[in-house]
Amino acid sequence: MNKNHIISTLVKHESGVLQRVSGLFTRRGFNIESITVGESEIDGLARMTIISHGDEKSLEQMLKQLNKLIDVIKVRDLNVETTIKRELCLIKMSTPTEKVRSEIIQYTQIFGGKILDATSEDFIIEITGDSDKINSFLDLMRPLNIKKLSRTGPTAMSKSTRC
Amino acid sequence: MKGGQALIKSLINLGADTVFGYPGGQVIPLYDMIYDSDLNHILVRHEQCAAHAADGFARASGKVGVCIATSGPGATNLVTGLSTSYMDSTPVIAITGQVPGHLIGNDAFQESDIIGITMPITKHNIQINNQNMIPAYINSAFEIASTGRPGPVLIDIPKNIQEAELDEYNDGKINLEGYKPTKKGHKMQIKRAYETILKSEKIVILAGGGIILANATNELNKLAKLISAPVATTLMGKGIIDESDESSLGMIGMHGRRASNNLVNECDCLIAIGCRFSDRTTGKLDEFIPDAKVIHIDIDPAEIGKNVNVDIPIVGDAKIVLESLIKLLESKKINKSNLPWVNYYKTKNKKGRPQISFEDDELLKPQQVLKELSEVINKDTIITTDVGQNQMWMAYAFKSSKPRTFISSGGAGTMGFGFPAAMGAKVALPESDVVSVCGDGGFLMSCQDLATVKEEDIPFITCILNNNYLGMVAQWQRLFYNERMSHTYLGTTPDFVKLGEAFGINSERIEKVGETKEALKKALKTGEHTLLEIVIDPNELLPMVPPGEGINNIVGEKSEDGD
Repeated sequence: MNKNHIISTLVKHESGVLQRVSGLFTRRGFNIESITVGESEIDGLARMTIISHGDEKSLEQMLKQLNKLIDVIKVRDLNVETTIKRELCLIKMSTPTEKVRSEIIQYTQIFGGKILDATSEDFIIEITGDSDKINSFLDLMRPLNIKKLSRTGPTAMSKSTRC
Repeated sequence: MKGGQALIKSLINLGADTVFGYPGGQVIPLYDMIYDSDLNHILVRHEQCAAHAADGFARASGKVGVCIATSGPGATNLVTGLSTSYMDSTPVIAITGQVPGHLIGNDAFQESDIIGITMPITKHNIQINNQNMIPAYINSAFEIASTGRPGPVLIDIPKNIQEAELDEYNDGKINLEGYKPTKKGHKMQIKRAYETILKSEKIVILAGGGIILANATNELNKLAKLISAPVATTLMGKGIIDESDESSLGMIGMHGRRASNNLVNECDCLIAIGCRFSDRTTGKLDEFIPDAKVIHIDIDPAEIGKNVNVDIPIVGDAKIVLESLIKLLESKKINKSNLPWVNYYKTKNKKGRPQISFEDDELLKPQQVLKELSEVINKDTIITTDVGQNQMWMAYAFKSSKPRTFISSGGAGTMGFGFPAAMGAKVALPESDVVSVCGDGGFLMSCQDLATVKEEDIPFITCILNNNYLGMVAQWQRLFYNERMSHTYLGTTPDFVKLGEAFGINSERIEKVGETKEALKKALKTGEHTLLEIVIDPNELLPMVPPGEGINNIVGEKSEDGD
């Protein structure tokens, strides 16, 4: 059965590592929904979070093949139930009328977002949360005319004390 | 000491005193330093041959093979060779020159992103941007190439780094915390394998190239005797067991023997070691080993369960795992030699041995050629094949008896591999006789290296089985494409004897039964490089399993007993 998987990897923080990982996924025919990379708690190592869709067999191959990359130090398949996923989304909204402005402000407050920049013509809004929350917010914004949208894709952390 | 000198010193320290290479703009500094060094540099005539020769060197000797090329086209010419090594897991180090650091990314003359290009076909690759790190990187590259599941490693060294002075030559290694191959198998799994073996009554061992890489041939033969099990091999496993032995079933797969294919499918327990169940081995997966419990031993965890579902996975080095398994089996006095299976497989195996004697046919048959070849060579003779019909005739009907004496491009199926690989094998083991068996198509893909063979005096025998066709594709066209021979007829060009002679190589054309044997005898005696153009019957078809079918459905087998 195809499912979403959250793969968290610890990799060397060097140029080319992202290419090794994404190249592996392309070559083996695995899909990538999103991939995020950033510093980890260990100097010189980065944490890469990959969201992928596939069956158990392809998940097993993904984990094993990732493990074979010399620059990949650790690979974990995080349990979707016990993992916190968060992504950041920036949205530029046009604000042609006072009514639209106040509507956007209200929704942003409800969703715990922030208005980072405001001009006479537009707002830049920041929303963080899991993907569902961001999707709901975007559903509300779409009729109001989204000018630009940029999402980071989720990063993730397990609640388990062991990993 | 300069970067290039540090590289040479590291290579020599690691025992890699022989390299195959070709100079060019971005390795001039390195070559200037090679000029004064103890490195034995073999100048090839095409970088692809450097890669294949390094590969052949590694396969024959078990040591790491090294090749050198310049940046850009030099480096990209290594790609096919590296891909060949990668697919067959051979330890090769490729060293490439790169444009100086300040020009990287500027599309400089002969710049190519060889790191990006070779990422999917190397076990690892590194660009060195600090001359002080050269010894550590070279040491680590050798470790990565030769341990775990071996494979090629490419090291890219910009010209300025080759010339830069080191502060100090510091041996050592880079931190490889992400690289820890599992060597010892899991105890519980080995115990489960042992219990399954005890219970099973129809066991077959499937031996792959991993056994040769792990130098576990003795252990494999010991296990086979201990449990009275027959051994089928993959293409890469040829040489693990003496193929004249009654428990050797020969190769399985698309061009396997019928006895081998059938017996594997009849077993109740398959012990697969160091193999990856490629599509050419298994045929249609749904019909492969329907009733067998599968024990799969491999050092690469990703190979286990990739193609075939496995009941007992054991990740580890074949030699170490087999030692533990044998120890367990020896602790209990088992005797499987009286099982009905043993008689059954021996009888079945005795029948249907491939017919290789074709003395009365007007056109020379490839089987007859390999028969004559078998009669004059010894157990230590190294055979390399090219890819296609020539390769499969050899794999199917030629009997190997020692590991590392049958060298062939398996996974990648690289035409043009056999001849340069023989060059590498002969350089690695000058005392051994080496015979390269090629087709007319494949040989032409690397024939320019006849010059290397002549100039560097690398004496071996090249047998070109000439049928004027791209034989394997032609066979598929005959069998599956209504004999529409699209672009597989190669014509009668060149005259291979004249081609050989142009390079100063003793060359002879052979057309009749018996001549191959005589010519080979003579060539082995003279000890000089000899090229034999052997004109064979273009219509002879290999037995094969039609693509997409189960391996039981082999067609076209001609056996000694007409069975």
